[in-house]
Amino acid sequence: MKNYDAVVIGAGHNGLTNAAFLAKAGLKVLVVEKNPYIGGATVSRELHTGWKYSNCSYVSSLFRPEIHNALDLGSHGLMVIPLISSMTFKKNGDYFGSYQNPHTRRKELMRHSLRDADAAIRFDADVLRWCKLIRGFLLRTPPDPGSLRPRDVFEFAYLLKKFYQLSENQLYEFIRFFTMSIAEYLQNYFEDEAILAHYSGGSIIGTGLGVYSPGTAYVLLHHAMGDVDGNVGSWGFARGGMGAVSGALASAFRSYGGEIRVESEVTKISVAGKKVTGIELASGEKISAKVVVSNLDAKRTFTTIMEKNDVPPSLLTRARQFKIRGSSGKLNIALDGMPSFPALPPGSPLTLGHMHFSDSLERLERAYDDWKDDRWSRDPYCDALIPSQYDPSLAPPGKHMMSVFVQYCPVNPEGGWTDDKRKQFGQTVLDQIAQYSPDFKDLLLHAEIRTPNELEKEVGLTEGNIFQGELTFDQLLFNRPFPGLAQYRGPVKGMYLCGSSTHPGGGVMGAPGANAAREILGDLRKPDTTPVEFSDD
Amino acid sequence: MTKGIDVIVIGCGHNGLVCAGYLAKAGLNVHCFEANNSVGGMTAPYDLGDGYETAGLATVGYPLRSSIVRDLNLREHGYQPGPAIDTISLADNGDHLVISEKEVLSNNIPEDEANRFKQLKADYREYAKKLEPIFCNKPPRLKNMDWSDKFLLGKLGWNARFGLGRESMYELLRVAGSNIYDVLNDSLSNEQLKAAIAWDAVLGSAMGPRSPGTVMTWLQRLGGELNGPLHQYCDVSTSVSTALLKAADSLGVTVHLNAEVKRILTQDSKVAGIELANGEALQAKTVVSNVDPRTTLLRLVGAPSLDAMFAHRVSQIRGQGVVAKMYFALRGQPEFPGLNDSQLKGKLLIAPTMQYIERAYNHSKYGECSEAPVIEVTLPTTHNPGLAPPGANMMAVNVAFVPYRFAGEPEREALVKKTIAKISEFCPKLESLIVKHRLLTPKDIEQRYHAVQGHWHHGELTLHQSFMMRPLYGAAQYDTPVHGLFLCGAGCHPGGNVTGLPGYNAAKRLLKTRS
Repeated sequence: MKNYDAVVIGAGHNGLTNAAFLAKAGLKVLVVEKNPYIGGATVSRELHTGWKYSNCSYVSSLFRPEIHNALDLGSHGLMVIPLISSMTFKKNGDYFGSYQNPHTRRKELMRHSLRDADAAIRFDADVLRWCKLIRGFLLRTPPDPGSLRPRDVFEFAYLLKKFYQLSENQLYEFIRFFTMSIAEYLQNYFEDEAILAHYSGGSIIGTGLGVYSPGTAYVLLHHAMGDVDGNVGSWGFARGGMGAVSGALASAFRSYGGEIRVESEVTKISVAGKKVTGIELASGEKISAKVVVSNLDAKRTFTTIMEKNDVPPSLLTRARQFKIRGSSGKLNIALDGMPSFPALPPGSPLTLGHMHFSDSLERLERAYDDWKDDRWSRDPYCDALIPSQYDPSLAPPGKHMMSVFVQYCPVNPEGGWTDDKRKQFGQTVLDQIAQYSPDFKDLLLHAEIRTPNELEKEVGLTEGNIFQGELTFDQLLFNRPFPGLAQYRGPVKGMYLCGSSTHPGGGVMGAPGANAAREILGDLRKPDTTPVEFSDD
Repeated sequence: MTKGIDVIVIGCGHNGLVCAGYLAKAGLNVHCFEANNSVGGMTAPYDLGDGYETAGLATVGYPLRSSIVRDLNLREHGYQPGPAIDTISLADNGDHLVISEKEVLSNNIPEDEANRFKQLKADYREYAKKLEPIFCNKPPRLKNMDWSDKFLLGKLGWNARFGLGRESMYELLRVAGSNIYDVLNDSLSNEQLKAAIAWDAVLGSAMGPRSPGTVMTWLQRLGGELNGPLHQYCDVSTSVSTALLKAADSLGVTVHLNAEVKRILTQDSKVAGIELANGEALQAKTVVSNVDPRTTLLRLVGAPSLDAMFAHRVSQIRGQGVVAKMYFALRGQPEFPGLNDSQLKGKLLIAPTMQYIERAYNHSKYGECSEAPVIEVTLPTTHNPGLAPPGANMMAVNVAFVPYRFAGEPEREALVKKTIAKISEFCPKLESLIVKHRLLTPKDIEQRYHAVQGHWHHGELTLHQSFMMRPLYGAAQYDTPVHGLFLCGAGCHPGGNVTGLPGYNAAKRLLKTRS
């Protein structure tokens, strides 16, 4: 029987991040992956000859620069190209564009509403303030509110100190921001429907809530606090697709002596006397290890690969109650050429960024109403991108690759998913895009249509939830995944969680993996190899 | 002529009267001004004519806070909480579900489900009890705290950690910001039972069972229940408003009826007095407003007298009424097959599933009326036959969701028809019994009760408008940036329902700032 210091289950980006830091500290680490390829939901796959699809996650920005630095991912081939714009097509033939360049952005805002152009200054300053505040908590382990251990008390004091750097009114504003719906939050600033719809989009991506649901304002942060090259709020493409992120992580991990085994599905975490002893693979092989880290979501970890006897009943209940609903679909499209968008002026840079087609809050909310009734949205919110404009490695010369993220798509439509329904769902999305691009359908060569069903089956995310658990405020910080279990340690000694189910959540941040590594190394009394956050004050 | 007025209270709803009572008890000379011809606001009787009346827009509720009843001697002044009632969820097949304060009383609920309900209710009542201190005090400030704020926060922390114990505290932390839909799905299986509880959580607010924050609104309702079971307001002579008026009288409060206040006069951001609709001006250095915060600050004080950003934030307070009231004067006793006479006395609810409520709510987001509305029926005359001519009956109905924006005449007719049709599914002969009806949409409620946009609670009870953010920060401790102006209505912490707590907290705060 092979023997390791630590085994990481699942080669997602968090599993790999975690493994890399453990290996860097000198541990003998093995990563096991059920699929024949690594990356989990951070992959580039050639599903149509000549095209590379980032067929799950599709843009990078939240990935912690501290981790990028600490693992020297640049030298392992990771390069992120910043995206410079986003836009929303309007039904009346017009559009709203949001540009990185502040002057162009202001001019465009003024074209829609003078008042909103002024409000945007306030809005940007406020959101940036919340981003800076939250970023300080990303690479830290949340305190346990039920504990009086010095470490937890100290961590709470740290949290309070950070919050107390805000003024009293800012404190209240922050709580409001944390508990409000994105629609109401934005209405504090903006009046133009298209502008409201444009900035709300980021708050519903991957979330089983609508723009009018309290708590969605915070999700905006998950899509605004990222940065590329120090530009807060900007998004980027990883050159070569998202697989480049996991590829660089794997390369870093291997450079520290780590080992990865693909096509090795884990069936069980072995436990003896309240202590992990290793894992069992589907092939029947047993591997022993002092530490077992699960990159799977919390629900899947506790309900499928752990023996019932090893998990306390109260924890099992929490795992069952964990909100991990899938709500998103995705289309990956191979195009014969660049589609035209007549609404845009010739040569507009807006096709280079995010393109959306929902121009009112009502349309966004109605899309959510459909999902609540277990239907896909008849008029969905789509986030379309054509990364091949920047990155020639994704499609043959002159051809293009388009990625369309779709909100909302149900986990289980009435009667379950069939091939036919999946195609109908895809057709809904294609029809929506074709309304704004007359030649789009003629250029279509291939489309991969993904529903939560595919995400669960292929990647192993329960119910196809892209964040490994909803980012609602009852499941954040010391409540993530469950209260009392938010410090990455599992219910038995030597067992840890490192997936996006844990603080600070999903979005290809790598932070859960790094945080878990810090806890593990601390428990093993090994030197800490994980980075601390960059202070920007 | 106005020399000697210490405090002017605008609006004689129950909170205004509670506040006035406490202030007078402390020795202040208090004058109350009420625009209508009777006190009580939403708890004042509503006359339908021809001998039909009800005890108020609020038809069912929990008893007034017991400490207030004691302090103001309300029992001596005739206050009697009405008869306790059960909630009866009507079922298509006649298997109606009877739910009392602590248990389900129906035979068609399996025993283990009934036990789970009992346990859930007990757990959540316990949470409500532990949270109680925050409801009966002014909301603490988060910075620049005074000793009472620190004490309160400490007490809450202690209650949560040591009163509940670690596991329960974790559970409370998990559910506090959560939605009632998920919590109920986790613990119960009977759809109708879940819907009845979920309805309790969202009643009166523009939220569906799936909206996060609805567990907190349910906890608030359970906080009211700690004072006594749900009861029917059915007797004007023993009602909250009648007793409060008598109490105020005996404490020396002067109440002016038919005296609409047009403006609150200010000078250098200080209250100078009020101006009445008839042009009369009165001087006072302290004014307490029972009127909702938006009307008080934007209309009575006026945005020009406020800091621009503050005024903007006031204008952003959310609260559009979504419940319409319908009164039916009936010529006989309505029959609901499957319900006996004593069950007719309950609150009859038409909300078969949580999804039904959620779908009804969906429409209101877009300014539409629910296709299939949630309906709550009570028959006050089953408790007090005096509210209608002999042999006749009054039916008071809440219909949700009816958005504020909805108002046109044809839509009103359609809504009445729809409501009658829906109730008739359970009470087949209803239509033939109707003598007359009256519909109060949120817009009508706004006009009659001066509650902006017809919201029962003067502002949505969402998490971002609760506690130290209710109605908005900068005015959450009952005093406002206008020196001498206080708020005491349901728009303040802890919000709506007939508890009297906003009035009590405001009075306490006012007295403290004077001393």
